[in-house]
Amino acid sequence: MSARVQEAAFDAAAEAAAFQSAVTQSGAVVSFTGVVRDDTGSLDYMFIEHYPGMTLAALEKFADQARVKFGLEKVLVIHRYGRLQSGEAIMMVVTAARHRKDAFAGADYLMDYLKSRAPFWKKEVSQGSATWVAAKDQDEAALAEWSPNSAAKES
Amino acid sequence: MKVDILYFAWVRERVGLSQESYQTSAATVADLIAELVTRDEGYAAAFADLSAICVAVDQELSDFAAPLADCREVAFFPPMTGG
Repeated sequence: MSARVQEAAFDAAAEAAAFQSAVTQSGAVVSFTGVVRDDTGSLDYMFIEHYPGMTLAALEKFADQARVKFGLEKVLVIHRYGRLQSGEAIMMVVTAARHRKDAFAGADYLMDYLKSRAPFWKKEVSQGSATWVAAKDQDEAALAEWSPNSAAKES
Repeated sequence: MKVDILYFAWVRERVGLSQESYQTSAATVADLIAELVTRDEGYAAAFADLSAICVAVDQELSDFAAPLADCREVAFFPPMTGG
């Protein structure tokens, strides 16, 4: 099991430490934590909706793809849903590989898939009014760069 | 055929439902949308801009040309914003 979908908060440092202690053949562990940002200083909270029947399977699939593509020894993806306050961790990706390039690239690849292909939707509630966060063209473009026909990111 | 249709995020808000069981003879996702938009203003508003709609058929990301034969669950939602 390399993915978790949960409403509860998680301890990113403890997760990273537990992950690293279970790694045996890797010289590189990369962890990324996404945090709720409050650009305007007026965010009441963020609400994350998801597709319960699909989310976990999608995350497991992306984790498996990353494992194969970058030869990762171990992968962990945690993504929360529900109500989150500014500064709370939303999600976390941890990868382990023999060398750093694959560990970084695996984490980057996973982030690009989580952004645009994992069934989550973010809503920001500020001063009582709610706005769905729009998908960004740059996120879609970043994802496209991993396709076999793109020369970018493949070195 | 009877399919469960799920709606998420602002698609859910515009339709006014998160889930429904729907009887249809639509052959494809596009045909199903064409049926839904005639039902009321909420559906019409939800599907007004199809470039902003994504679809999953039986919990796999799909497209509007996908056939619905033997499918059990169709979900409509805006572009995903995870991470």
